[in-house]
Amino acid sequence: MRGSWRSLAGLALVSWLILPVLPLIVWSFAHGWRFPDLVPQDWSGKAWAYALSPASGILSSFATTTLIATTTTLLAALICLPAGRALGLYHFRGKGLVTLLLLAPAILPGLAVVFGLHGLFLRLGLTGSIPGVILAHLIPVLPYMVLILAAVFSCFDTAYEDQARSLGATPFQTFRAVTLPAILPGLLTGALFAFLVSWSQYLLTLAIGGGRVQTLPLLLFSFASAGRNDVTAAIALLYILPGLLILAVTARFITGRNAALTEGLRP
Amino acid sequence: MTTLTLTGLTKAYRGAGAAAVHALDLTVESGSLTALLGPSGAGKTTTMKLIAGLLAPDAGEIALDGQPITALPPERREVAMVFQNPLLFPHLTVAQNVGFGLKMRGLPSAEIGAAVAGMLDRVQLADMKDRRPSQLSGGQQQRAALARALILRPKLLLLDEPLSNLDPALREEMRQLIQGLQRETGITTLVITHDQAEAVTLADRIVLLLDGRIAQHDRPEAFYRRPATEAVARFFGGVNFIPGTVNGGLFHSALGSLTLPPDAPEGDHLLTIRPEALRLGPGENSRDATVTALTFLGTQTRVALQVAGIPLQALVPPDAVRGLQPGDRVAIALPPETLWLLPPA
Repeated sequence: MRGSWRSLAGLALVSWLILPVLPLIVWSFAHGWRFPDLVPQDWSGKAWAYALSPASGILSSFATTTLIATTTTLLAALICLPAGRALGLYHFRGKGLVTLLLLAPAILPGLAVVFGLHGLFLRLGLTGSIPGVILAHLIPVLPYMVLILAAVFSCFDTAYEDQARSLGATPFQTFRAVTLPAILPGLLTGALFAFLVSWSQYLLTLAIGGGRVQTLPLLLFSFASAGRNDVTAAIALLYILPGLLILAVTARFITGRNAALTEGLRP
Repeated sequence: MTTLTLTGLTKAYRGAGAAAVHALDLTVESGSLTALLGPSGAGKTTTMKLIAGLLAPDAGEIALDGQPITALPPERREVAMVFQNPLLFPHLTVAQNVGFGLKMRGLPSAEIGAAVAGMLDRVQLADMKDRRPSQLSGGQQQRAALARALILRPKLLLLDEPLSNLDPALREEMRQLIQGLQRETGITTLVITHDQAEAVTLADRIVLLLDGRIAQHDRPEAFYRRPATEAVARFFGGVNFIPGTVNGGLFHSALGSLTLPPDAPEGDHLLTIRPEALRLGPGENSRDATVTALTFLGTQTRVALQVAGIPLQALVPPDAVRGLQPGDRVAIALPPETLWLLPPA
């Protein structure tokens, strides 16, 4: 009985995750695919050859997008580690307000932020540059990171850090050897969200990058609106690659035994 | 071998009116196993964290062998603290936990491995070395935490309530382990505890902390025989207090004149006698008393008495009071050598 439920759940998971990707794969190898054909009449590797050639700029766009998403994630982690710790561990006046302000970018529509931000960045000379785009991406990314880390730190017992210091560990050693292993699953979850939020950012990249910073979502839209379904499908497949990759790598850490935290939660 | 000296150590918490620790002066003798004893809220844990460097004092100095360490960060003090909760790092094995401090010092792993193996042997955890802390019993965790601190050969070892989380059978085992290891290594050790029985059985010196001040620093038996104040006597189970005046070697009080041990100082005093020293039956300093209550405690019986309006208690073997009823008149004796004079209340 339990086995059949399991296989049913597995089937559901496969149909939700894998099936939507199938048409993309078919499209990327199709040489024309018209209604009512169930499969394309002709197959071709032309779309892929084009997508992977330097002429299309898709590979360099892939690199740009990776650079922006990675840097945004790292910066977000650096900013949110102390912020999440303060929110998770300490009680201070105005904590509710700070939390609300941090959440605001996740609640407000991006469109509302974009115009004011564009004017500001224009004056600062940040428009049309990768650093400008990264800064803009931090706005929607920070709330996810900070809230996840605050939750993680709220179940972390800082007595472990005191213990490490008293055993001769410097503050940096204590972070490396005690704090980081305890918060790692949460940090990875936050990084996963941060990366994907930045990776899929369209509006902010378009507004701040001004078309000069070509990330994959921008390219995807321009090929889609140009009606190049085969190339669009190839880009879309490249586009979902990092998400799958990150999930595969981090799943072990995220679902694995999160010892320090569960230990702390134990009565 | 290291002497710990605290001079005028003061720490107040913001918001709270009273100082958690107020102008503490203390010398912990080199190689001693000293208990810092006090009721909860007396400032014991604060004192320990100040010594470990986990809190900064508002005033005062901490020195090891005369060298001030007050300004040093915890990791450079060579003071190892074992918390009440064992706090073994959950992501490390038992062996990795015990070797943690040596690894932080950057010792080669072969050297760490040898030291850890020896230490685990000593605390009987050799076959647990690859286990995770969560797979250990409470007593085993406490032993691993002790091993993790001792392996560093600190100048000073701080133990926060090391026995209070253990059940009675393990408590005795842990007590012997702490005393044995302390004797072998000679590391100056400060134990904090709220339990006077624990302090008496474990330590060779006791510092009694009451209201953030040191009430008495002495050998354990002195707290029973020669308490410094009424508060100290009460903390150690003293219940008999008789106000009066010493004149010509006699104590004049509501009980009449009592013979004192020789060389008693003249003037107003509070006389005390341990309940276990007060005798039922005739003897020196004999008085007639009325039994007001009898409480059977198992190995002893507590007899509440009334003499000339003053309540007294005696702890006697149950056989000695068989057949006695509340309301009965009995003779009691207060042997002079067991009488002790306290400052007047």
